[in-house]
Amino acid sequence: MGATDPSSRPPRTDVKAPPFTYHRPDTLDAALSLLAEHGDDAKILAGGQSLIPLMGLRMGRPDHIIDIGRIPGLSDITVHDDRSVTLGALVRHEQANTSADVAEHQPLIAATMPWVAHRAIRTRGTVLGSIAHGDPAAEMPAVVLATGATLVATSASGRREIAARDFFEGYLDTALRADEILTEVTFPAWPSDAVGSVVEVARRHGDYALVGLVARLEIDAGDIITNAALAFFGAASTAIRVPTAEDILLGARANAKTFASAAQIVASELNPPADIHGTTAYRKHLASTLTRQGLEAAVATIGVPS
Amino acid sequence: MSASPQTAESNARLASEETAGGSVIDLAFTVNGAAQQVRVEARRTLSDVIREDIALTGTHLGCEHGVCGACTVLVDGQPARSCLMLAGQAEGSEVTTIEGLARPDGTLHPIQQAMMDAHGFQCAFCSPGFLMSAVALLDENPEPTNAEIREELSGNLCRCTGYQSIIAGVERAVEIMRSDDADTKTDDDAEGATS
Repeated sequence: MGATDPSSRPPRTDVKAPPFTYHRPDTLDAALSLLAEHGDDAKILAGGQSLIPLMGLRMGRPDHIIDIGRIPGLSDITVHDDRSVTLGALVRHEQANTSADVAEHQPLIAATMPWVAHRAIRTRGTVLGSIAHGDPAAEMPAVVLATGATLVATSASGRREIAARDFFEGYLDTALRADEILTEVTFPAWPSDAVGSVVEVARRHGDYALVGLVARLEIDAGDIITNAALAFFGAASTAIRVPTAEDILLGARANAKTFASAAQIVASELNPPADIHGTTAYRKHLASTLTRQGLEAAVATIGVPS
Repeated sequence: MSASPQTAESNARLASEETAGGSVIDLAFTVNGAAQQVRVEARRTLSDVIREDIALTGTHLGCEHGVCGACTVLVDGQPARSCLMLAGQAEGSEVTTIEGLARPDGTLHPIQQAMMDAHGFQCAFCSPGFLMSAVALLDENPEPTNAEIREELSGNLCRCTGYQSIIAGVERAVEIMRSDDADTKTDDDAEGATS
């Protein structure tokens, strides 16, 4: 049947990840008390699509892995009366990608999901895991910033809310404390006059972006921009908004001239790090071009007021 | 098929000598319809378990960090990178590997026949991952467009073919499955007519 006779081929005994103590608690409380006990020496395993490769590369060597994958009740997508939407810790990207509630109430998340990796990764990776990991080139942290989401950190001693703008502190570093799990993220109701877009340049669709932009505008009946968020990823050590470019948009008419002014400011404000895939100058150029394209796409696509 | 005595012995040795304090777990899950119980280091990935402990070496490992797609298997019917799952995450799940595609009598799955028809491989190292990704697509969407095929396979890398023959292979599989369905339907109609 295609199976190699094991006796003809001794099993390989080398393993990529360093050894750890594996915990698979059945309840959130149990996970939180393990985390309270082991703190800095522990990592939470949800989908594992970032953590497992890091451990394989031995860039992460946690002594304890706390696998929350079997805890019931963490996979909910909840639409509240005010039409805000809360995602639980185990909502996987593919679940969000195919959720009718997300499509109806959070068009920006729905538009983002197809950009996140490939389906075989989206089926496992969790939305909150991506946010808690805080990769500067990932899409969801920028969505959190652009929408002004509220993040809930839970520890054995209680829960606290963290505003989106206070969450991403540095490269792969967030406001989560060692004893906290990111248990919920609530995205505010999508206003009827809001439009948005996700644009990015990656070497291959589904790979991490060289640079990307999540744009969100509110535009009144007179075509004047009343609210603006430009959240870039792959452009700094965290996902980042560019308030000076947003200020140019506020109060201006939603047209190509306004968007070009914003694009110019983005190019002067951002100073993206260089790596093997792109220089700083190239990434600045991409960020500026994406600003124009993203704003035009926003006006042309999601939730355009009719 | 269960783990061979030698595999069990090897794992016992692992447990005693090489785990350096790491957990060893008893894992029960299903692979290609057969129940499996193995005792493995918790740091083993699902792909390690499939290849080394269950000795199904059709699942290939390329990059081992989620980029190349060679290790793609189905977990509870959904495509997943077996190199990006720890063994313990597979507890209780139903895993399908490339070895699970052909029928027990050796009849190839339509996607396997189609890839042969379309010359959808050269060295074939990447093929198990491509085929499992394609099966995941066709299970959900039996009539994908060319763009949908490209999107679904965008997570798999091939260094030989230039991809065109692989995409042609999936399109050929769609044709085969469509004609198989038509045959089944005709058979059903025939049965209906005689009863």
